[in-house]
Amino acid sequence: MGIADRLKARLARTHNAIMGGLESVLGKQSRKESLEALEEALIMADVGVKTSAEIADRLKDGFSGFWQREDLRDRLREEVLTILKDVESPLAVPSGQAPFVIMVLGVNGVGKTTTIGKLASRFVSEGRSVVLGAGDTFRAAAIEQLEVWGKRTGCPVIKHLHGGDPGAVAFDAVKSAMAKTTDVVILDTAGRLHTKVNLMEELKKITRVIKREIPLAPHENLLVVDASTGQNALNQVKLFNEAAGVTGIAVTKLDGTAKGGIIVPIAREFRIPIRFIGVGEGVDDLKEFNAREFAEALI
Amino acid sequence: MPLSRISSRGSGKKALGKDVLLSVTPAQQFIKVVNAELTSVLGGAASEITFKGRPTVIMLAGLQGSGKTTTTAKLALLLKKKGRNPFMVPADLARPAAVLQLEKLASEIKVDSFGVEGRKDPRDICREALRVARIKGYDTMLVDTAGRLHIDTALMDELKDLKEILSPSEILLVADAMTGQDAVATARGFDSAVGLTGVILTKLDSDARGGAALSMRMATGKPIKFAGTGEKIDCLEVFYPDRMAGRILDMGDVLTLVEKAQEAIDERNAVEIEKKIKKDTFTLEDFRLQLQQIKRMGSLDSILSMIPGFNSIKKAKGMDVNEKEITKVEAIISSMTMRERKNPDVLNASRRARIARGSGATVQDINRLIKQYGQMREMMKRFKKGGIKSLKNLLPV
Repeated sequence: MGIADRLKARLARTHNAIMGGLESVLGKQSRKESLEALEEALIMADVGVKTSAEIADRLKDGFSGFWQREDLRDRLREEVLTILKDVESPLAVPSGQAPFVIMVLGVNGVGKTTTIGKLASRFVSEGRSVVLGAGDTFRAAAIEQLEVWGKRTGCPVIKHLHGGDPGAVAFDAVKSAMAKTTDVVILDTAGRLHTKVNLMEELKKITRVIKREIPLAPHENLLVVDASTGQNALNQVKLFNEAAGVTGIAVTKLDGTAKGGIIVPIAREFRIPIRFIGVGEGVDDLKEFNAREFAEALI
Repeated sequence: MPLSRISSRGSGKKALGKDVLLSVTPAQQFIKVVNAELTSVLGGAASEITFKGRPTVIMLAGLQGSGKTTTTAKLALLLKKKGRNPFMVPADLARPAAVLQLEKLASEIKVDSFGVEGRKDPRDICREALRVARIKGYDTMLVDTAGRLHIDTALMDELKDLKEILSPSEILLVADAMTGQDAVATARGFDSAVGLTGVILTKLDSDARGGAALSMRMATGKPIKFAGTGEKIDCLEVFYPDRMAGRILDMGDVLTLVEKAQEAIDERNAVEIEKKIKKDTFTLEDFRLQLQQIKRMGSLDSILSMIPGFNSIKKAKGMDVNEKEITKVEAIISSMTMRERKNPDVLNASRRARIARGSGATVQDINRLIKQYGQMREMMKRFKKGGIKSLKNLLPV
């Protein structure tokens, strides 16, 4: 199986949901009904009310009365591709600017620590040195979970005790990387609901601590979003962005959900680069986001 | 979307036939009908754990990241408080350090857990754990399983095997409240594979309004038994359909609020405070004690969200509740001498500077607190006279 086919297989659930929706559009008799059915099909595929209306509106031009199956599919794919192209911007770690600091954020259970493990593995295979910062000092055994990944990838883990100050962990991780000229620092943070003001404030504090050492850091605030969340993911992006300034997004668990369409409104509404997509449990299943590949697997 | 439609149709029919009572507005009447409909859709009465067999075995299953391990410990604590003697079994060998996580939570809540010791197969663990539970006489055994997708056949087969070995009286699906309509597919998938007996809804303290609850309940007909409402280990509540309906409609959840208050607030103390308010001798020390009691009830946000209409006020005004403010106020008062707490009038500039140093606050913070305290006393005088409308200004925001 080629890369494109494998991605297609992993996104099959979302793909089928969208295609199923399009079938209902084809059966409609009038122009108005077709357009309404299209909009509804997109909403049901979690493309979001606003973005679905926009897409339907754009497809209206040059639309005679009813679609041919292939024609509709091609045009829809192009519309989605246009939106996704906008946020295709792979995470570039420049050399000679070490350390490059990545802070990983997200609500509870989206897969932050796993994503960090896979990211570390990716950097190591590119020949970069990596240090991991165990900034989730809240959840029981979160530090140990990161340590397992440290062992697997051969990356040192900077840690404090459970219940310690995440800002202090960040400080130590950054200091250690500066002393040893490590290429990349990946800092884990505790999962936090985007609605908890004081926890969001904590992120600002960690950022301040890092900035004191390296004014331009964190170079990347990577927000991890669980694709199966659906529309709530939009609130998460919004509030994390307001609190900490999100510079990149990783969308995980796309293989288990029919709601992968959520990536479209995330791209459309925030225009924050989507760096990675998670399509399975394996280390290789965290993939760099490619708009064309994704659009073709989706539709 | 289709489910919300079904529900609104049901309500529509019931609302149409009703004569609108004279004392309420038609809108209120409509909400009442919708509320009743939602309550019945969500399952009517609360449904709790069925205890059966020695030990009663409760299996927790669900997707990755839904909160199974944390919920296993929360449920164990809740059952322990009800007089059960629980035993926790870590059967998640897939996620790194998941076993250790459950062990750490076990020692935190002082509940025993099964020592996995080098075992590599969850089936093996469950068999052995069951034997140990019987010998040691635990009456309830909670099994934390690995996260899995319901479309992963190999892992679902493992879950079936575990069911075979354990013959559990409860198989509970742990589901994230923020999940949208996907929750339906998940619940159906798990139900058809192993037969669920109920659902635990987690992360309900987020901005999720509980639509997932509605969908899962309607799709599977299985009751939602518990709800996770915070990060702390004691934040798991029995799920009350009527209260959830209220939350969905932003009618608040006064019943839970009252219960929480009863748990956290010492009644004698409350009577004492009331007397003080009446006599106008409410001091900063009393205020500090009250803050402590409020904190015991849970996070401020979760308490306030139970107040009817609060969610809409919050949204409209963009109001944020900051827990840290309370901690700061507590620190300031704790840095005062008893005399200062009882009579803030003695607080001259040098005393204020000392308190600022002691509490890590600024003198401005202290001035603000003293001013607020003054306003609060003023408010209490008015409240005493029956001006209930002024009460909302007391909310610490």
